[in-house]
Order: sequence, then structure tokens, then C-alpha cells
Amino acid sequence: MSRLSDERLKIADEVIGRFPRKKSALIPLLHLAQEQDGYVTQDAMVHIAEILDLAPAEVYGTASFYEMFKFHPIGKYCINICTNISCQLVGAWSLLHHAEERLGIKAGSTTGDGLFTIEDVECIAACTEAPAVQVNYRYRYRVTPESFDALIAELEDGKLTGEFPPHGTLATIRQETTEAWSNRGTLEQEQVDAR
Amino acid sequence: MSVPNGPRIITSRFDLADGHTYAGYVRTNGYQSLRKALGTMTPQQVHDEVKAAEIQGRGGAGFPAGVKWGFLAADVHPRYLVINGDESEPGTYKDRMLMELDPHQLIEGILLACYALNAAQAFLYVRGEMAVAQERLAQALNEAYANNIVGKNICGSNFSVDITLTAGAGAYIVGEETALIESIEGERGMPRLKPPFFPAVKGLYMQPTIVNNVETLANLPYIIGKGGGDFKALGAPTSTGMRMFAVSGHVNKPGVFEVPNGVTTFRMLFEAPEYCGGVRNGGDVKAFIPGGASAMWFFPEHLDLALDKPTVDKAGSMLGSGAIIVMDQSTDMVAACWRIVRFFARESCGKCTPCREGTTWLERVLKRMLDGHGRPEDIDLLFEVSESISPGLAWPPRQTTICPLGPSAVSPITSAVRRFRHEFEHYIEHGRPIDGVESPFVVPTASHR
Repeated sequence: MSRLSDERLKIADEVIGRFPRKKSALIPLLHLAQEQDGYVTQDAMVHIAEILDLAPAEVYGTASFYEMFKFHPIGKYCINICTNISCQLVGAWSLLHHAEERLGIKAGSTTGDGLFTIEDVECIAACTEAPAVQVNYRYRYRVTPESFDALIAELEDGKLTGEFPPHGTLATIRQETTEAWSNRGTLEQEQVDAR
Repeated sequence: MSVPNGPRIITSRFDLADGHTYAGYVRTNGYQSLRKALGTMTPQQVHDEVKAAEIQGRGGAGFPAGVKWGFLAADVHPRYLVINGDESEPGTYKDRMLMELDPHQLIEGILLACYALNAAQAFLYVRGEMAVAQERLAQALNEAYANNIVGKNICGSNFSVDITLTAGAGAYIVGEETALIESIEGERGMPRLKPPFFPAVKGLYMQPTIVNNVETLANLPYIIGKGGGDFKALGAPTSTGMRMFAVSGHVNKPGVFEVPNGVTTFRMLFEAPEYCGGVRNGGDVKAFIPGGASAMWFFPEHLDLALDKPTVDKAGSMLGSGAIIVMDQSTDMVAACWRIVRFFARESCGKCTPCREGTTWLERVLKRMLDGHGRPEDIDLLFEVSESISPGLAWPPRQTTICPLGPSAVSPITSAVRRFRHEFEHYIEHGRPIDGVESPFVVPTASHR
């Protein structure tokens, strides 16, 4: 799979309908593509360009600005270890070093079995719970080398699939457009063109 | 030590198991302020209460929200409200809590703001990395739509508003309001030049737009419920209401606290048993950052200052986003400075040359000091490059850039080098930190590959 599936196309249509202008749905659609394939494929970007009436280069131009979009396969579990100041002050570099030793890879790499990617990331808004770690953008707080090893073991054993959906899946609940949607705020296209 | 007391306003549901659900919110008087406003107040009266509250924006700049609303171009429609939930300033942790633990309170605040502004659509932009916050807000919005709280003819009135939830994808700069607008338009998140692109005049889709922070809006149900005067009385006249502060770093009990604004001091936060309970290992503060990574650092002589906007501004820094980071005597100041500068170098959007090139140079110079390759001229070089981003190295900073990201990278350098110059010189001479401080790195190159 690479182009958006029919099921995701339906979701894409709903998302587009919640914005006055189609291009505003670009980032949400890139998230949909990443959810489908675990990363954003070339084919998905071409498809999104078709859906939004954009050139593929415009899609890639926006996508490449944002850290979360990956353009090649990464691990099923993307482990983001924060090393920013609040975490650095309480041992984040030791934790990152430990993680690299434990998994046998450097930050910014993926294990040979395709299970884990480690990243050395910027502040993830859990500063009072440092050192903070995210697995597929869900948190673990005050992580120690020991609790890190336990986490890896549980992930390897498949015990945490409920807590951590595969990389690419963010929110498991989506906003829905129902009959209660008012649509009063939608901008007329002429007004946009006349700006 | 006695500390000032106040009610928990925006954190009041944090301990409830169902505080994030519609049922839990309504049971605890949720959506009563919305009903009050729709039933008994005009939009202007809602705006007037917010003005009377004198609430300062909680996103970083601290601009009074009621005054900001007044800048919205009159009689131009459509007009939009954009909610900035892109919390990413290092040290900042409060908007994510508000979105995860009490999403309906934020929705009620958004609706009150839309009513006052006569806006028919709001865009709620949540940081991409916050999966649970996105989930909680989606759930809450679906519930609110199903209960006639959002959408057509809210609570049976003539007032209709749509709220579009959308997520970012990893870019600190998008927290800057014009970059946030670019991102909602599907663009790379690069700031716009002001003037002419003041959001209140030419914002989202070039229409009048107000951008407010999550915490700011979360206060509106209280302000409308109890009145702006009541809110104002909770804090100091110069910094009103209650406010959330996250204290991280070398304290015994790091935490997020909602405290009376403008009267609580840094020392109280760090030392009182009901807050952080002292510096770790019984040690002393060497430096602390009062308002996020962009702020100038404070030192022990600033401990008794109140968390009051004019007081902190006058002392040469800012309360910013309520992010306080404490460093004890064992802290390696060169490493601390480098880490903050690396953040800005990584997050520079690349639009303005002084920031794109300058932050990268600053990071590399600091990095080579840490790696034992510092040169005698490096301290002068740091100041020279800093000057090209922020002429005069003053506070508040001047800038050669479109947005304040570049000057933010200068704050840690001027703060740390002026105060701890000997630590930088020691690194240059000996390739290691001074005695008594600990390098945070396991191996010398742990941070650079």
C-alpha cells in the first residue's frame, strides 16, 4: 500500500471539509499516509497532491519541514529520548548512551530487525518528569537504565501493543464531522483570491 | 515559610478520574459560563470581563488578552480564532496537561472567546508529538458536538461555531503565531513579517485572526463565571489571576503548580515543602531560568523576586511560558549553555540569515569547547556572532531577524558567559569542566556524531 486506501480517503474527505481551503488539510493527510505505511511514501505524496490540487513538489516541500514525517521505513517503535536542558540536568545523556548500548545502534538509527529506532530529541513537554521518553509519541516518565531495559523487553515480547500503537498512528480517536457541523465560518473562494 | 494561597482554577479537575469526559465536566459545573454568556451577556460584555480580568497571555509574551482582542479588524468576516497548543519551549509543561486532563474547559474557553470576537470558526492546533492530547481533544469535541455545545445553534441560541482540531508535525517555530498560521495553511512553518502581517488584521487566509495560548483560554470559564474583578483579585494588580508554573531541574520535587500570580517568589517555589521542597542533595542554586529556554538566566540574588511580569522584566528577563529550570552548584554551565543553543540551532526555520547561520555557528563553537578543541578567541567569537543576531546584546533583545527565535539563542550565551566566564576559559585551556562540576556526558562525543 502506498496511495491512500479507500477507507483513509473517506477520512481525508472529512478532514478537507473542516477547512476553508484544501491545502490546510496537507499536514493531516500526511499524518494519514504515515499512519497507513509507517512512513510517508513517494506514491502517497503524489496521491495527496492529486487530492489537494497541488504539485507533488509542494507536498514534499511542506512535509520535509516537519521532523515527524519520515521518508523511509523506521522501527515499529520510535523511541524518542529527550536530551534538552531539563532532561540533561538529570541524566538524559547517560540514558541515551545506555539505550544505544542496549540496542546496539546510535541515535538516529534503526535496529536490524526493524523493531526499534532511537532518536535524540528536543523538549517533549514533560520537564518535571525528566528524564522523559516517548515511544511512538506516548510517554514514559523518569526513565532509568533499568526501567528502559524493562520497557524494551516488554516491547520485544509484544506485551505493550495496546499502549503503543505502531509508528505512524497518533491519536486513536478522530474528530468526526456530524450533522451538527455549522459551516458558517467557511471562506468564499473569491475572498481568498481577492486578497 | 508561608506561601500565598489561592484556589485551583484551571487545574481543579486534574485529580478526577473522569475530569476529561463530558459527564465529568458537566458534573463539576462545566459549560455553566457558556450558558451564562449566551443567556445573559452580549459579546461586548464578555470582552469587557476579560479586559477587567487583565489576564496576561500565558504563551510567552504576556500581552493582555483583552487588549489583543481589541485589535481585531472591525466588521471584516470571516474572522478566526486560532488556539496555540504547540507547547515546545524547553522547560514548558502545562498546556499539554490542560489538553489531556481538562479538554472541555479549553473548549468552553474557545467558545467564550469566539462569542466575544464574533468568530464562527476556530482552529485548535495541537503539537504533533502529543498523541494523547489529540485523542482527548477529539473525544471531547465529538462529545461537545453531540451535546449541542459546539456547532449549529449552540445550546439553542443563534450562536454557531465550528472548532477544527488539527495537529502539527514537529517544529518548535510553529509556536510563533504567524508560523502557526502558515502551518495551518499547509505551508512550511516560517514566520511572516509584521508589519504587514499582524494576525488581527491579516492572519489566517489573510483574514482577521486572534491567536491565543491554551492556558489563556482555559481561564475564561472562571473569568466569565465569577467575573473579571474576582479573577484579578487572586493575583497581584500587575500580574493577575492564578498561573501555572512548571519547575524542573535540580529540585527535590519537580512539579507543575498553579499559584497566585505576581506574589509568589522563586524562593517559595523552590524551597516550600508544598512545592519543590528544596534543591537536591541539600545544595544551593547556581542559576535558574525563569521563563523557558529563550529567557535570560537568573542567579541566587534573584531568588526573592516575585513571579510578577513587571518585576521580572525589570530584572532583565521574562516569565515567558511559565517554565522554570533550576541548576545547582554541580551544573556544567558550558554544557547547559550549549544544549540550549543546540536547540535553537536545530529549530531555526532557515528564513533569516543571521539566525540560520548564527545559531549554527554558536552551537559549533560551544561544541568544540566541550570536545576539548576550544580556541582562545572563541569567547569573543561567541559575542561577535551573537551581536549579529541581536545587536547590543540587550534585554529585551533587539533583532536582525523576523521572529525572536534567533535572539533567543543569544540569551543563554550572554547569561552564562558573563556570569561564568571562567568556566568557558577553563574548557578552552584544559578541555574539561572546572573542579566541582559534573559533565553531563558519558563519553566526550556523546552529543555529536
